[in-house]
Amino acid sequence: MVNYDKLIFEWSAKGRQGFELPKPVYTAYTLNDLGTHRRKSELLLPEVGELDVLRHYTNLSHKNHGVETGFYPLGSCTMKYNPKINEEMASLPSFNQIHPLQSAGDVQGALKLYHELQGMLSEISGLAEFSLNPFAGSHGELVGLMIMKAYHEKKGDFKRTKVLVPDSAHGTNPASVAVCGMQVIEIASTPKGTVDLEALKAALSDEIAGIMLTNPNTLGIFEPDIMEISRLVHQAGGLLYYDGANLNALLGMARPGDMGFDIMHINLHKTFSTPHGGGGPGSGPVGVVKHLREFLPNPRVKVLDGTYYVEHSKDALGQIGGFFGNFKVYLRAYAYIRTLGKEHLKMVGPLATINANYIKEQLKSDYELPIEGHCMHECVFDGLKDQSTGVKTLDVAKRLLDFGFHAPTIYFPLLFHQSIMIEPTEVESKQTIDTFIQAMRQIAKEAKEQPELVKNAPHSTPISRVDEVYAAKKMILTYKDYLEEQAK
Amino acid sequence: MHKYLPHTDHDLREMLAFLGISDIKELFSSIPKAARFDREYDLPPAMSEIELRRHFQELAKLNDAKIVFSGLGAYDHYDPSVLSALVSRQEFLTSYTPYQPEVAQGTLQYIFEYQSMITALTGMDVSNASMYDGPTAAAEAMFMAEGITKRKRILASKSLFPHVKNVLQTYAHFKGLAIDWLDVVDGATDFSQLKERFTEEHAGLIVQKTNVFGVIEDFAGVADIVHEQGGVLIVYADISALAVLRTPGEDGADIAVGDCQALGIPLAFGGPYLGYMAVKKSHVRKMPGRICGQTFDKNGKRSFVLTLQAREQHIRREKANSNICSNQSLMALYVTIYLSLLGKDGLTRVNELSYQGAHALFDKLLATGKFKKVFDKPFLKEFTIETMIPADLIQKALRDNGFFGAYPLCEIDPDYENLYNFAVTEKRSAEEIDRLVKVLGGLSW
Repeated sequence: MVNYDKLIFEWSAKGRQGFELPKPVYTAYTLNDLGTHRRKSELLLPEVGELDVLRHYTNLSHKNHGVETGFYPLGSCTMKYNPKINEEMASLPSFNQIHPLQSAGDVQGALKLYHELQGMLSEISGLAEFSLNPFAGSHGELVGLMIMKAYHEKKGDFKRTKVLVPDSAHGTNPASVAVCGMQVIEIASTPKGTVDLEALKAALSDEIAGIMLTNPNTLGIFEPDIMEISRLVHQAGGLLYYDGANLNALLGMARPGDMGFDIMHINLHKTFSTPHGGGGPGSGPVGVVKHLREFLPNPRVKVLDGTYYVEHSKDALGQIGGFFGNFKVYLRAYAYIRTLGKEHLKMVGPLATINANYIKEQLKSDYELPIEGHCMHECVFDGLKDQSTGVKTLDVAKRLLDFGFHAPTIYFPLLFHQSIMIEPTEVESKQTIDTFIQAMRQIAKEAKEQPELVKNAPHSTPISRVDEVYAAKKMILTYKDYLEEQAK
Repeated sequence: MHKYLPHTDHDLREMLAFLGISDIKELFSSIPKAARFDREYDLPPAMSEIELRRHFQELAKLNDAKIVFSGLGAYDHYDPSVLSALVSRQEFLTSYTPYQPEVAQGTLQYIFEYQSMITALTGMDVSNASMYDGPTAAAEAMFMAEGITKRKRILASKSLFPHVKNVLQTYAHFKGLAIDWLDVVDGATDFSQLKERFTEEHAGLIVQKTNVFGVIEDFAGVADIVHEQGGVLIVYADISALAVLRTPGEDGADIAVGDCQALGIPLAFGGPYLGYMAVKKSHVRKMPGRICGQTFDKNGKRSFVLTLQAREQHIRREKANSNICSNQSLMALYVTIYLSLLGKDGLTRVNELSYQGAHALFDKLLATGKFKKVFDKPFLKEFTIETMIPADLIQKALRDNGFFGAYPLCEIDPDYENLYNFAVTEKRSAEEIDRLVKVLGGLSW
């Protein structure tokens, strides 16, 4: 039912209900005793039956493309398979029914898993210790920067308030710097998108708190001068922050800690296969080198003689969320690492990388490849090679939807005008990738021969292209707004 | 090779040949030698599904789930079985943030419905698509107040949850904001000096309903004082309770925030939960996070799309007021489905059952003669009560009898000695309540 188009509110009928609750026992007490504290205004919620709800959301789900629907080559997002067994483990009642304030003795299983996952992330990244608490990649960035700032402040060095960010970085990096109360110094990139060493040297000073790098960078290129960058920044008294967005490329091949990074975050929802959930919940554990451990946020999970306990340290930068972060995401990431084990985890980076290079080489005759040479886990094209018919990257992306593929990331990185960023991950077979390559070539052909077909795509999705201007102008953001607009 | 790694030897040979290399590692030639990882991971070997299940069962046995009689921001409410059936659908579970609306109407539409329900409950105009959790939503609201007023001080009540206070302090410290605190009298914020305390330097006031003691605070007149000084009123509210209590909208709030855990989300050792934020329409352009709006597609079909994105970090970069991107979307689906099932009547019933259970427990505890009323204030499903029974004796007795409850508030603040938190939801039966009272009433020291 791809044409299903109702809102849940539009199934509502007065008196219908989708719940059954126990009969009240203590009827002597009544909410009316709350008097003026009671809500007076109407409450616009739907009144629907249980089957209505099931059908409605099942039909809505049919309008979504998921990883199990088809290839999802969204660059920088690492859309790998989210294993079913991980979901099963995350749904175990004894993990779902424990309260976060229960005493440590009641929750040894949860604490043990948290602690072991910290240790595994340390080994994989080459850093001394992790806090799993940050809720997402962006939250991890913020917490990592707090650690950077706290480190300098503890040394009494209050003038280090500037953070270097390459101009090729994702917008979240500079936003995190600002939210942490520091200033961004943007440094220019080389034409390959890597750090310009001369620009870096010129920017370094005793006001620099550190640098944020994504490596491989947003073009899928490994920073060849990373050891020199690390030496220079440390020499100038700064710290190196590793944005773990592209960590998948490095599994089995390199570790941020060995490159001189002091602080990093990992996106468990990318590298460690936990589901993206249509935009979360993810998880952004933050790791640090030994001498920064004291700053990790509270609460912390520790072990003494085989007994796990929760620590609230005075030295910590503070608390950055309600409890222990997105705990159920850890169950999934842990299950993933244990399932692959040491012998397969090391294959993730190499297989993701060969997939990306294979796509890059296969498509470069039809799509503009701005940077020659090997890429890492993702490749970036700058639109169609032949743009004479006016077919843009957006059109290519929309046309791909007709072939049953999700679109790649487009118009990012900002270094190129027509960016198409493709990240296949290691979970895709050569067969799947060949089908994708065929579709991309077919689209390039259509762009020359039937450009209108591509410009008007998609043709086979639940809806066609949307009017974004109308949405921004009318601001119909709730069902109430919608009813008011209809009444006009 | 492995069930998650589909490359056959034949595939790899073909791909290598096409790339003109003989070993995958050649693709990593740009990594300098000093940065290469050239040993095996010190990690355990792979586990089959059978072994993994066994291993998790062993871990699970180390947890002891109890009958929950405390809250403080995480409540043991009922979660209908429809919830897990629907949220585990791969189309919702495995998809990304809905940047391609043509293949993400499922996600976009439930976000629109979620926004509609959050604004209905809070009595506000606009809701964003979600925040990480309640405490971080409060911190984001604080930044938003700063953005609206360009002022660097915040006034907040000491009756906020401790974890909310802690997160506010962390965020404020790093952003360079100062927080002043309003005292508590008889279990509720002391607003008697508000006119003097809330100055032209303050960006906003943050208060909570129901507060750390479970007390339903009265915010009559508070909004006027804050607005007279050009400030912003931020109400941190238990969203489930707003079906029956005066809403932030009715209290004149500019921003309503809080946690949605009580709306069908499992306790799960603290997460993932979901923060909500809803604001007056005049503040929408200062609001962080995703927002979904209704529009039409080219053929005139009603559709939904992420909108007002010029507010967001990926466009505004260092000028953004927040760095939040994707956060807890799937948890918003939980909430949307939960509220669809419960509706207004269901949510009212949930509150009434919780209210009745909590008040019955309160009176039964008083009747044991071992507990004392400390505040003369109304409460809903959570309350604070005083006893001289030693804390460790209470904890041991409850644990031995399969309960988690009577959370000692002195764990939060040494000033709260001998005060204990209890919460009762619609899940607690009369039999459980009586058994709890029997255990506590039987204690002697």
